[in-house]
Amino acid sequence: MDITPSLLALQLVTGIALGAIYALLALGLSLIFGMLTVVNFAHGAFFMVGAFIGLYFMGLTGNFWFSLVLTPLVVGCIGLVTERFLVRPLYGRGIDYPLLLTFGLSWVLIEAMRVLFGIEGLPSSTPPELRGAVDLGIGMFPKYRLFLIGATAVVVLALWLFLEKTRYGLIVRAGSRDGEICRVLGIDIARVWLVVFGIGTAIAGLSGVLAAPTRAVNPEMGVHVLAESFVVTVVGGMGSLPGAVVAGLLVGIVFSMTSLFAPELAELSIFVLMALVLLVRPQGLFGKAGHFG
Amino acid sequence: MSRWVATIRAHRVAAVIAFLLVFPLLVPYQALAINILIFGLFAVGFNLLFGYTGLLSFGHAAFLGVGSYLTGIGMVHMGLPWGVAVLLGVVSAALVGVVMGFLAIRTRGIYFSMVTLALAQIVYYAFYKAERWTGGENGLRGIQVPSMEVFGVKLDFLDPTTKYYVILVFVAAAMWFVSRLLASPFGAVIEAVRENEQRAAACGYDVARTKLLVFVISAALCGLAGALRALHLSVVPIDSLHYLLSGQAVMMCLLGGMGTFFGPFVGAAVFLTLEDVVTTMTQHWMAVVGAVFMVFVLFFPAGIWGSFMKRLEKTA
Repeated sequence: MDITPSLLALQLVTGIALGAIYALLALGLSLIFGMLTVVNFAHGAFFMVGAFIGLYFMGLTGNFWFSLVLTPLVVGCIGLVTERFLVRPLYGRGIDYPLLLTFGLSWVLIEAMRVLFGIEGLPSSTPPELRGAVDLGIGMFPKYRLFLIGATAVVVLALWLFLEKTRYGLIVRAGSRDGEICRVLGIDIARVWLVVFGIGTAIAGLSGVLAAPTRAVNPEMGVHVLAESFVVTVVGGMGSLPGAVVAGLLVGIVFSMTSLFAPELAELSIFVLMALVLLVRPQGLFGKAGHFG
Repeated sequence: MSRWVATIRAHRVAAVIAFLLVFPLLVPYQALAINILIFGLFAVGFNLLFGYTGLLSFGHAAFLGVGSYLTGIGMVHMGLPWGVAVLLGVVSAALVGVVMGFLAIRTRGIYFSMVTLALAQIVYYAFYKAERWTGGENGLRGIQVPSMEVFGVKLDFLDPTTKYYVILVFVAAAMWFVSRLLASPFGAVIEAVRENEQRAAACGYDVARTKLLVFVISAALCGLAGALRALHLSVVPIDSLHYLLSGQAVMMCLLGGMGTFFGPFVGAAVFLTLEDVVTTMTQHWMAVVGAVFMVFVLFFPAGIWGSFMKRLEKTA
């Protein structure tokens, strides 16, 4: 196989498309952790639920855009219910308990999807408007993957605008820095936690809808994705939003380039990347030293 | 009543072994009893790290799997006698523990859980791809132990009762080891690290080295459980390395009572019995077990045995 510069460039863009999904997942994880100090072990399950619900709405209405908007809302609502009734009672008990709870929740969610949609999963396909390939100048590239990159960029920008430019975003940032002072200043921090958990899970659901056309949609798809999003968070630094985006893209690119040169090692490559980061900079690329490493 | 409790506490290994000796008589069928023995040991090994040292690992399936696979490979591909193969399994699991532990100990808090999960995935992929040795997706097959010779006495390993008591010998030895470890000064250091790492360090203990040592010991114990499982099942399914099995160890420990000596066994028994019973009623046992687990996390975090012990302590 000829390794030409344009092939490399194409593979790089594929890596960015893959990395876009990772970045979204890691964003949701980091957002929830930064604000609530909760590691959402059900994050992969929410991703999977998003994929299923997205396909369901697509099948129901035949409209991809409708499904794209509605699915994160539905998944976000599940997230809201989860935080309010399952996670909230555990605050103050120690960092492991919400982790354990969300782990148990992931089992329930996986089985719920099996009940609703069957153990085989659902067949997924690219929405008709986004099929086909586009000539990028370096070669033909699937339209849908370009859309993925674009959609992720929009979401990241929207999130950035929300956090940096709105008053509520300011409260969220302050709350992740010091929740107690916020409470002293009269802010209902419990409500903020609820909202942030909802936003985090909604983003996970969104990444599920976006990713559905590119992979097999079955109840187990969230399990691998969970391990991969943990790799991204360790590489980027837990709680760091720029870290989530940069590390997500990096991991996607590493995976993509490795599949070009040594396909059997592709899955291992991202874990090797994580091991390297652990050896050299345990707190992650953007993490604070001494905080967790 | 309290004198009884104190006596049992002082001789906890003997008490546990005594219970396990009559256990097969209490259980409807032997295979379940053997499974509970094996997974009880798995949970005990995990509990050493989680309940006693306070480190939540989500990658312990790697040690169970490595123990199983290396024992299997030793017998199927290298023709080793079963005793040597079991030793190979345990040592290999300990070695994987050294490498994983070294990388994971560099992180603290929640990072540790995430890193152990990810590192265990490396082991999973590595064994999945090494089809020539491990059989890949189909698992490793053909582990035969038809008969054993122990001190000149021939034992039929295929007889479930004999199998149970042979495995019990190993489990009993492991429990005795764990008990001695926990009662030793090192055991006190472990719990000190769990309670307050900085204070333990300030007292002059090498916290990182302690953690790594416990990690490796835990890995070895889980490797032994894996080795015994390979002998029991005669095959090693690829699921042995899966993250869901790591999660099962966590569940068993919490259900039973982390940080207690006998808790993990109770947890394993409850978990496996629940799995057995629920699967006859519905195919959605994962949801039931997940829901039960969530209930315990929310309302009974001390677990069944843990709550029972606490109740005893209050009345004593």
